[in-house]
Parts: sequence; structure tokens; C-alpha cells
Amino acid sequence: MEGKSMSINRRDFVKNTAVAAAATAIGMSVPKNLMASPSERSEGGWRWDKSVCRFCGTGCGIMVATKDEKIVAVKGDPAAPVNRGLNCIKGYFNAKILYGADRLKQPLMRVDEAGNFSKTGKFKPISWKQAYDEMEKQMKKSFREKGPTGIGIFGSGQYTVQEGYAMAKLIKAGFRSNNIDPNARHCMASAVGAFIQTFGIDEPSGCYDDIELTDTVVTWGANMAEMHPILWSRVTDRKLSNAEKVKIINLSTFTNRCSDLADVDIIFKPNTDLAIWNYIAREIVYNNPEVIDQEFVDKYTEFVTGFVDTGYGMRKPDHPSFTDKERETVKKEVSKKVSKDEAVALAYLGYKEGDTLEMKHAGAAKKHWVIAFSEFKKALEPYTLNYVAKMSKGNPDEDLSSYKVKLKLLASMYVEKNRKVVSFWTMGMNQHTRGVWVNEQAYMVHLLLGKQAKPGNGAFSLTGQPSACGTAREVGTFSHRLPADMLAANPKHRAISEKIWKLPEKTLNPKPGAHIMKIFRDMEDGKITFAWVNVCNPFMCTANANHWLKMARKMDNFIVVSDSYPGVSAKVADLVLPVAMIYEKWGAYGNAERRTQHWKQQVLPVGNAMPDLWQYIEISKRFKLSEVWGAQTIPGLEGGLPDVLDKAKAMGYSPDDTLFDVLFANEEAKSYAWPDPIGEGFDNTEAEGDKRQVLGIDDKPWEGYGFFMQKYLWEEYRKFGEGHAHDYADFDTYHKVRGLKWPVVDGKETQWRFNSKYDPYARKADVGEFAFYGKALKSLPQGGLKGPDASKGKKDLSNKAKIFFRPYMDPPEMPDMEYPLWLSTGRVLEHWHSGTMTMRVPELYRAVPEALCYMHPSDAEKYKVSQGDLIWIDSRRGKVKAHVETRGRNRPPKGLIYVPWFDEKVLINKVCLDATDPISKQTDFKKCAVKIYKA
Amino acid sequence: MGDNQLNASRRDALKTMFRGAGVLGLGGMAWGGVVDGLKASELALRPPGALAEKSFIKACVRCGSCVEACPYDALILATVDDHTAIGTPFFVPRETPCYMCTDVPCVPICPSGALDSELLKPSDPTEVSKEMDINTARMGVAVIDEEACLAFWGIQCDACYRACPLMGKAITLDFRRNDRTGKHALLEPHINRTACTGCGLCEHACVTEKPAVFVLPKELASGKVGNHYIKGWDKRDEKRLHELKEEQKKGSQSAEDYLNDLEDLIDE
Repeated sequence: MEGKSMSINRRDFVKNTAVAAAATAIGMSVPKNLMASPSERSEGGWRWDKSVCRFCGTGCGIMVATKDEKIVAVKGDPAAPVNRGLNCIKGYFNAKILYGADRLKQPLMRVDEAGNFSKTGKFKPISWKQAYDEMEKQMKKSFREKGPTGIGIFGSGQYTVQEGYAMAKLIKAGFRSNNIDPNARHCMASAVGAFIQTFGIDEPSGCYDDIELTDTVVTWGANMAEMHPILWSRVTDRKLSNAEKVKIINLSTFTNRCSDLADVDIIFKPNTDLAIWNYIAREIVYNNPEVIDQEFVDKYTEFVTGFVDTGYGMRKPDHPSFTDKERETVKKEVSKKVSKDEAVALAYLGYKEGDTLEMKHAGAAKKHWVIAFSEFKKALEPYTLNYVAKMSKGNPDEDLSSYKVKLKLLASMYVEKNRKVVSFWTMGMNQHTRGVWVNEQAYMVHLLLGKQAKPGNGAFSLTGQPSACGTAREVGTFSHRLPADMLAANPKHRAISEKIWKLPEKTLNPKPGAHIMKIFRDMEDGKITFAWVNVCNPFMCTANANHWLKMARKMDNFIVVSDSYPGVSAKVADLVLPVAMIYEKWGAYGNAERRTQHWKQQVLPVGNAMPDLWQYIEISKRFKLSEVWGAQTIPGLEGGLPDVLDKAKAMGYSPDDTLFDVLFANEEAKSYAWPDPIGEGFDNTEAEGDKRQVLGIDDKPWEGYGFFMQKYLWEEYRKFGEGHAHDYADFDTYHKVRGLKWPVVDGKETQWRFNSKYDPYARKADVGEFAFYGKALKSLPQGGLKGPDASKGKKDLSNKAKIFFRPYMDPPEMPDMEYPLWLSTGRVLEHWHSGTMTMRVPELYRAVPEALCYMHPSDAEKYKVSQGDLIWIDSRRGKVKAHVETRGRNRPPKGLIYVPWFDEKVLINKVCLDATDPISKQTDFKKCAVKIYKA
Repeated sequence: MGDNQLNASRRDALKTMFRGAGVLGLGGMAWGGVVDGLKASELALRPPGALAEKSFIKACVRCGSCVEACPYDALILATVDDHTAIGTPFFVPRETPCYMCTDVPCVPICPSGALDSELLKPSDPTEVSKEMDINTARMGVAVIDEEACLAFWGIQCDACYRACPLMGKAITLDFRRNDRTGKHALLEPHINRTACTGCGLCEHACVTEKPAVFVLPKELASGKVGNHYIKGWDKRDEKRLHELKEEQKKGSQSAEDYLNDLEDLIDE
């Protein structure tokens, strides 16, 4: 075969194969012999049992083989609806992640010569008792000196449901602090913000079946081919099933692996996705008004808008820790000059180019109000093809007219009557200083067209982490949340939580805590002096890392890291606790399509490592109610937290009871007996200890809690959502099925929410075919484009979704003469997050041993560097070295470089800007300005 | 890291050894006697711009300059254990592939012409100003064992595709529906032999225990079609007629001999 035909005609090939492969049914059934029970023992002496992949938010089911108390193999679970037995190459290596040579097996602490804790000491192995003695001492010191807000927890989208729930309960109910926030803040917060603002309830309306049912897949800042490979293979299959009809459009700021399959590849300038969405909306409203689903819009939606002068989530420029270089960007938190592009977009507010935009509503970024359709239409007026094409074209070498053709084609795909469209996005739209806005814009277009919450139609936010949905979001390990979408600031929600948790009234802290950026900033300001890192690597994954690394080592604080392998966070910590990894414990994850999947403990943890859950619960034994439930001072909360000890006594608690007695070993907890038939033949280190006889925090061999802790936590947790459209099945059911998509009502999962045909809650609302029944933010003021008008009173939006107007705005830092290049960061298929697991799998390490700096060959020439050269990547905040790559998987246009963040030798977060979306507080890791030069 | 150090020190040792040997060689030592047989040497992957294997072995003076010039320590000088002509450079992609430096430092430094920059002339007419284009190198050709390749199982891998410096040209992906699952696609890598340089980055990246994609010297991994048949749909294929060799040998029997021999034809 000739080379030419092979490379240029990939798409033709697709067409041909599609014809040949013609009609394979979507819902192909799984052969009976593969459907066998979720657990079985083979003749060879190994046991297969169902579990899930450790890595991304796709949620592939796997089967784990164990023999002689070791994991010997995994296979894709043929019965799992998500992946039908397949995996990507990270999933392929699940069996190998547990046994790296430097797996942490014993607590390690920085100690002096005498063996006592010393901030400047070296790490030495210690016992669990020594570890917990020091932890208790340090935690109590912080609590005594700073109150409940003196401690901070770095949570995770990789917590099991039970771990996240236990930690949230401990911190919120026990320590009365809301200073817990997950790394999911860095990845999903903007999606959450927009879900709550638009629908009043979190998480997607659709499910993965949309892929097989749609005619159009549009990826917006989502390199699914590398980040959600199994879903991408489903998209590819859909394309093959009908290559003529099915269209794939990829929008990105650089050419990536998704471009291969795409019919249209749109390379846009960073942040201008805001303008592109508005262009599509303008095409609908001005040029194709007949395609507006008028009945849907009238009945189920309301037009709204909000303030624009809301800042960028940075600290104020007078903060003493900033360098002058940093202040050049940070000053925009106070005010900025309106740019030429912004002048067009903000003309409806009276701004002109060069005007000063004062960030007067930085504290009211979330606020929004109802506007008339005519106002919405007026605001969209400037987003003509000319304006949007010129400002958004991301590849300087591309011809403007051909770029315009692509934008028109994009709009036409959405507009086409009866064409089903799914818009997928991940970090490109979430890691954005206007991330909530751009998420809202996706719903704007889908809602206008009535292409939302229907099979094959919908705006679909994909998740990055395996339980960002299941734990971080649903359990509510965020600083402002309680389980099941409830808010700490809402007195009714606190009352419900206090009832389920059996707490005295007013125990819970109404003041939202520090989000993840603020935990770091508060630590730098000395406001938080004790931090505990759970299932994440925040010192590696957080932007502007130089500040935080220095803070960890130079300031008087105590940082505990619970982890399975040593990473950057452990390196700067004071105490490192070895944890059990996924298959060494019982757990549950919730994936991006609301599917909850549970698994059992397959093997014992290595060495003296213990499950995270055990670690969180054990510390609760060291605190008596009298130490935490007295009156507490909370900065910014008038009157502080009341003393609830008397009420506690009235409830039958003693001040000498420990948090363990009250929160985790109460009568209800003990009613979940172990052994339990569901766990027959399986270990449960928390419930009964294990044969390792690890010496626990009292120096005695660990013999277990004596009851089924994980089942208790699940059953208590699901009370929060029951009857509130967050219903889950009981614990045992999940051990018999391959996951269920919540809400699970009468034993049935829900495929499409808000659609009365599929969602019992929508039916119950009884307002028609659809009901956007989420309860949050549904009573709104009314006004015009410039602001709310108090005289108009509030409008009730029950059962409605909102169509937001949001304008284009520049990001706070853009390339200039001194820092002429955009820097975007992200992941690669081979490695998971900060690489602590995958960089230890020899095969994956060999495949991609280091993070490279991808750039256009002309830029390499321009800056006098060549392929393979070691260069400095330098911003106003810091610099790192990386090797140049001008070829390969990512092909940036001139003017943009891309560096993945998995490699601790290339700690790119030293360079990134810690600006956040002002609503979601999610950092924009995709845009900052850098210069490069030869190292 | 450890491997690199190992290579570096190994390289130093060899350097000393062969500098001495090189002098001897020039002084008239018969290298042919030391050569471990041409057959084995055919398996060795040579640096970019290497002459055809036989000529290369003749021309190479075993000076180690190319090995010295390689910034990745990919090139190794053969020792007795390496099953190729001792002192000649080669590389093992699974250990360190050729990273295809755009300035190809290993070639111009060759004093003997065993590595010939003429063989790396840019094929793209817009690049003729450049002296060499590494993309024209033909160090070998990658071959895929489809039985062992995870992508052919439906696993979403394509690590080789993403590692390929000529992604989309030397390795392409073919999409095929997965009839077993009914909703996933196979993304199968294919080698385009006309573009593959044999750098071995694919072999290096391959995640299977023994690589499912590996580089072989092109000669070894190639078949050949007889020149008696020319593609009717490809004008360029006619150039093979220039290589037309002598007619095939006649059969040993004459027609008469054949016709007159009825033995074994008719059963009694």
C-alpha cells in the first residue's frame, strides 16, 4: 500500500470500514459464560472478583485475580456496561501498581537525633503510636491556638465514598471546621458551579449511552482520545457505524489526538471559547430563530445573567508574599484596562476600549438575575462571524476564510433540526477563569435548541477522577458543602445533617471553609498550621507551587501526608503515613455518568500500611467531645460557634466520650455486624484486623472495630440523598451488580435525568415532559443586562433550568513582549495525575519517562532551540527545565506551548498562575504567559 | 538514570579500547578476521545514513566518533558478545532508540563515509536548503506482531503511535469496529514502510513484556515482488523493469524427453 493513501485518507478508510462493518447492534448482549457471578474461584487456585479501575472518571469495570494474597492479574470485566471487558493501558496495568519497590510500608517522621519530631529533621521510620501521638499533639496545638479553622484537609476525587464521607463527617461534625477541600476543586468545580447555577442540582443529565445514540460529538477542551480512551473508542465506533451521518468536531487550543478522528478540527485562541459559544447562540437567535424549541424554552427555562467585574480569584496585589513580577498580573484582581476584543463584548455595559474595569463585584460573582429574552438577544448581537472568527482563530498560519467555514459548520451542526448533538468537555472548559460561565454557555445552546436531557442530546461534562462525582461531589467533601448537594451555609441543610449525624443542634459550622487554593494561602499566612493530605498530591498539582513548597518547609506548621508512594507532597511533609491501595480495602467510586460501583478488599495491605479509612477514624479516638464541642471562635463568624456540650449531654453523650464513640462507633454503627454474608471469604482489615497483626495507635496488635464499618458508613450516607433525587441502592445490591446510575428508585437506575420518560423525580414534579427540579438558587431577582432591579421582586424558577448570557472576557494573563508564549498544561494517556503510581510501572515509565515541552517547529527556530534541547520555561512566578518536542501527539500552533504535569522532575506548576474562576474557585491551569530559552 | 550511567561508563571503556584498536587497524590489521560473520551482522541496526550493510562494514573504521557524538548514548560499539562486526556502531531500540536529532550529529563526524550525509538528503523540495533531513533515514523498519499487540485486542493503547516522531505518517491508526462489544472501536496501528525511519521509538514505548512492535533491518524484514509483473495502476512501478534480470533457467528436460516418458502415468 502506498504511504500517501494511508496517511491522508484515514477518514476515507473510516467510511469504508463503517460500510463493511455496517450493523452491529448497540445493545449487544454479553455471552452467558462471561456473565458469571461477580466472584469465582478458578481451578488454578486464583480467585476472580469484580472491581473497578483505579484511574480516571470513565469508571471501567475490571476483574481482579488474587492468589497467595497477592494480586496476580486483572482483566477487563466483560459484563461491565462501560467497557465490556476492555481497558486502556493504564487500566491494563492495574495489577502492577501495588507492588512498586518504594511502596510506603511504615510511618515516617522527621525526627532529631533523639527521635523526637523536628521540623528540620530527617525522615525515620516510627511506630503508628508514635505517629498518632505526634499528630494528636500537633492537631490539638493548632486547634487550641487557631480554633477549628486552624486545621485544613486536602481531600480527593480519589477517596472511596466511605473515606470521603468519614473524613467529611470527622471534620465537619467532629472538629466543626469546613476546611476540607478536594483536589477535585482543581478539576470539576466549574462544572459543579454551572450545574448548580443552571439546574439547581449537580451532575450530568445524560449518560454514556448518549454516545451510541447521538449524531454529533463536539469536544470542547477535552482530549478524550488520551484522557477518556474507552469513551473515545465508543465515539470512534459511533463514527464508524455511520460515517456519513455522524460528525465529530474537535475544539482545542492545539492539535491533539482527537483531531485524528474529527471531521472538523477547530484550533482557537485560549479563552475565546466564550465567544464561540455566543457565536453559535447568535446564529440560532438571529439567523435561525425557527430552530429554537419555543415550547421547551417557554415552559422549562428562564433567561438570566450576572456581573462581569468579578475578578480572577487571585489575592490582592498588596499581599506581602508577592514579587513585583507577580504583581504585574495580580493587580488585575483590582482593576484592568478593557481590551479591544473586550470592548466589543462589553459594549452592552457601556465599556469602551481603554476604559478601566473596576472589579467591584468580586464578592458577588455568583449572583444572577432574570432578564427578558429581548435583553438576552441584544447582548448576543456583537458575536458576529467576523468578530468571533478574527478574535478566536488560534492558528496564525490558518486562513481566516477557511476558519470561518469551520465555525459556520460548527454552528450548523447544533442548529440542524433533528440532528442530535452531545457536547463533551473536561479541563479545557473547567480550568478557566470564566469556567462556570463557559459551562453555562454550553447549556445555553443546548437548552435553546431543546437538545438537553434527551437520549443522544445534551451538554455532558466529563469527570477526570475516578470518584470526583461519587465522593468529592456527592458526598460533599468541599469546603462549602454537606452530603447530597447540601450547603453548610444553609440552616435547613445543617439541621438535616445534624439529625442524621445525631449531633446537638448548632454543632455544624455555618461559615464555608477554605477551598483548596485558600488552604494553601491561609497556610502561607499562618492561619492554618495543621494540614492532612488525603489521597492526593497537592504540592505537585497546585499552581504557583514555589509559594507552597517554601511555606511547607520554612514555616511553623505540621503537614501529614497519607500516601502509598513517596511523592512531592510527602517530600515536603513532616509525617508520612503508609496507606492501603485500592484493592487492599473495601470501597466505592462514582463515575462521570452517575454510576456507583463498589468492590471488596482483595488482598491485605503491604507492610504495615493501613487503610485511609482506618487512619481517619483512629484519630477520632484521640479527641474528647469536651475538647471540640465547647464554644469556638471562627474568624468572620460573629459570636463564633456555640458550646453544645450541654445539649450533647441531654442527648446522652458524655463530655468524655470520644469523637470515635459518637461519630463512628455508635449503636447504629455497631448494628452492622461483621462477619456479614456479603463479605464471606474476603478480608476486612478495618472490621476484624488481619493476620499481619499490625501494631496500632495504642501499640497493640490491631484486631478490628468488630463491626462492618464500611457498610455502616454507606447506609448512613445514603440517608442524605434518599427522597431528594440522590437515591442509592443498599450496600449489598452494589456487590451483585456492575454499578447503578443514581437516582436509584425502586431498584431501577436512571439514564436521563429531568426527562419524565426516564426520571421518576421529573415525573413526580408533574409539570410536563421535563422538570429541572433541582432546588438550589431557584428564587431570583429580576432586572436588565446591567443589574437586578429590586423593585421588580423575585421570580420563582421551580422546575426550570436557566439560560445564561455570559460575555467574552480576556484571561488575566496573556502573552506580551516579555513573556510571548501561552503555556497550557494537562495529562498524557500513559500517566495518571502526578505519576506516583504509573511512573512506577516500568512499562509505562519506559513509554513516557518524562514530561516534554511540545511546541511548533517555527517557535523552536524563533527562540533558537531545537528538538530535544533542554530549555527553561519561565513565567512571572517560577521556572522549570524540560526537553523540547516539536513532533508527536500534541501539535501546538505558533505562540503556544504545552507541558504535561505528571513528571515531578518537570514541576510545571511552579510556572502556572493560581488565578481561579471567581465563582467556582477552580484554578486555570490552561493559560499563563511564559518565555523560553536554552538551559 | 542507572542505565544511562551504565552506558556512559561502558562507552568510556570502549572508547579507550577502540582508539587503540583504530590505530592498529590503520596500521594494517585485518579487520575481516575479527568480524563475527556477516550473517549475524545483518541483525544490527546501524546509525542514520549508514551505507548498505556490506559496504558499511567495509567502510567503517571503527573510530567511535558517531558513538561519541550521539547525545542520547543510543549508539554502542560492538564487542565480541554483540554478534556483529566488532567495533562497528549499532543501537538497540528497546534500550535506547534513535531520538532522531534534527541536526543528526552522528553523521557528519564520520571520517570514512560509512555514514553518508548524501543518504539523508531532504526529500521534501521545500527543505533542500537543509543539508540533512533525519526523516529520510532508513535505519530499519518497524514490524508489528498483531497477535501480541494490545491494540488488536481492543485495548486502548497506541503508545507506539504517540511515540512515533512521524506520527500519522510512519504509523497510522486504522479504526475498526469491535464486534464483540458492539460499541467500542479498535484503533489499530499500522506501519507505513515508506515513511518509517527505523528509529525504534515505537519499540521502546511498547508496553507489552516483549515488544509487539520492533525494528528489523529493512532487508531482513522485506519481501520482494518479481519484476515480471508491474502494477497496472501505478506508473512509477515501471521503474522496476530497469532492474530486470536474466530469464529464469530452463527446465532440465527437453519437450521430447518429457513427451516420451510415460512412466507412472498409466496404471497397469
